[in-house]
Amino acid sequence: MRTQSLFDRQTIIVLSLLAASAILVPAMNGLTSPESALHLSDHLVPLLGKYVCFALLALSVDLIWGFCGILSLGHGAFFALGGYAMGMYLMRQIGPRGAYADPVLPDFMVFLNWKELPWFWHGFDWFPFAALMVLLVPGVLAFIFGWFAFRSRVTGVYFSIITQAMTFALMLAFFRNDMGLGGNNGLTDFKEILGFSVQAKSTRIALFVLSVLALAGGYLLCRWVVGSKFGKVLVAVRDAESRTRFLGYCVEHYKLAVFALSAMLAGVAGALYVPQVGIINPSEFAPANSIEVVIWVAVGGRGTLAGAILGALLVNAGKTWFTAVLPEFWLFALGSLFVFVTLFMSRGVLGAVRDLWEHSNQKVRARRSPQPISHAAE
Amino acid sequence: MSAPITPTLLYLDNVSVSFDGFRALNALSLAVDHAEMRAIIGPNGAGKTTMMDVITGKTKPNEGTALYEGTHDLTSLDEAAIAELGIGRKFQTPTVFEMHTVEDNLLLALKNKRGPLATLFSGIAAQGRERIDVLLERVRLTAQRHRRAGELSHGQKQWLEIGMLLAQEPKLLLIDEPAAGMTDYETADTADLLRDIARSKAVIVVEHDMTFVRELGVKVTCLHEGSVLAEGSLDAVSANERVVEVYLGR
Repeated sequence: MRTQSLFDRQTIIVLSLLAASAILVPAMNGLTSPESALHLSDHLVPLLGKYVCFALLALSVDLIWGFCGILSLGHGAFFALGGYAMGMYLMRQIGPRGAYADPVLPDFMVFLNWKELPWFWHGFDWFPFAALMVLLVPGVLAFIFGWFAFRSRVTGVYFSIITQAMTFALMLAFFRNDMGLGGNNGLTDFKEILGFSVQAKSTRIALFVLSVLALAGGYLLCRWVVGSKFGKVLVAVRDAESRTRFLGYCVEHYKLAVFALSAMLAGVAGALYVPQVGIINPSEFAPANSIEVVIWVAVGGRGTLAGAILGALLVNAGKTWFTAVLPEFWLFALGSLFVFVTLFMSRGVLGAVRDLWEHSNQKVRARRSPQPISHAAE
Repeated sequence: MSAPITPTLLYLDNVSVSFDGFRALNALSLAVDHAEMRAIIGPNGAGKTTMMDVITGKTKPNEGTALYEGTHDLTSLDEAAIAELGIGRKFQTPTVFEMHTVEDNLLLALKNKRGPLATLFSGIAAQGRERIDVLLERVRLTAQRHRRAGELSHGQKQWLEIGMLLAQEPKLLLIDEPAAGMTDYETADTADLLRDIARSKAVIVVEHDMTFVRELGVKVTCLHEGSVLAEGSLDAVSANERVVEVYLGR
């Protein structure tokens, strides 16, 4: 039986490019002199690291949307929750170095006149616990949310709308000071991660490399999942849900499993994002953020995994460039890009590149053989 | 679970289903034996598809009994659980997984553990290869093995779906209009295939095409307005005055 090998050509290309970036970016930043043409300035390292985290988030959306047809417009919420879990760890690491010099309480709690640490902040001073929460909090929320939604057979746009509602509700909740997570300002002013200064150049390089490794690991995990029989069932659910049910598959269990897995991937992306940008606040829950992720995936090519990574990198690089040159037109550009891709490149940039590649291959073959192959085949 | 209260494989008694006041099934009663083939005919809106929905768990009846193997209450189970009990269903329009290969379609249908963990860690390689070979032969798709199901012709899709049903190893097959959109030649072939299947399994065929029903040569149940109008051989049923009246509007 033909099975998709885990290490096919696409995987090898993706992993090689990621490995190259994990080597080149630190080298170009650390080993070249600032005057050199190859030099990568310090502020670009966390910026690139941020893109890599977005790529992991896009990957998590492609896993459920591209392969199981679940269009989540609330994945930014899982990203933000992973980010908050990491942010809470980073806040606890500040210790007495805060502006109010309280040995335990973060500054915003002292400011609000709180006397003791809320219960849910306990344990976050220990990194392994925080790391576990990065996975568990988004995973458990996705599980509970998905359990209710999938069991009631909420699908299609209805599901998308309630995911928007979910992330919006979380945004409102996190804006409140009573929530005990920094309210409007969120969590910031971080000092150290695992004993290393978050400002230090070496830490930033290490975080970048870790993000690339997480993206490579996430890509391999998704690849393995979609290549397994489980992945074939996901595609079956996407293309003919009731057929899958009548074959005896409990569709809800499959959706729930892949939705929770995807939320955990998004959580990891958020956790790596926060120390690189130095802040996490409720605006990360904004419904528009989650919609933007879906645009990245559509631009890159839905249902390809590599396309999600490509789309996230392309659109975000475009955003950085555009917002510097013509800031007021960025949203128009993003909107037109989405319309353009939907109308003219239904399989995204990756799909278009593949078509070109196959087209040129056919031309080369046609030129080599004097007899047209199509005749011989018929 | 109590002792079987009926020896028949499928037992529907007094089943009623209403949608917003419209009675799609009206005190329908029907019994199908092990390895029996039954043809269900009836004009549009007679309740044929709703009956299939009740048997496969898609629709819950407002009242009535639906028993499988005399012990399983079909009204309390969902589609997946009912499929696992051994009831397979073919839709009116052929429904296959278009993006998967013919082989993968059968692979997904093969009787196997259906849970997410089982499928995540199961090796695909050797699994059920011979079984798939046999099924491909039987539905004449061996040459199409590695093609995407979406590229198949209408008739081939119908057959692939029947092949998927067989892969499930069901005891009861529900088949909705298998001859729709087929050529005469394909229709005759399909009748052969179904007769062959019915040697070991119970088959319920819903069909409009009377030539096809005649070819099957089995007991016929005529539905009208959600209940059984007549039952017996095709000749007896077609001679029934009420049936003629319903079909021809006389």
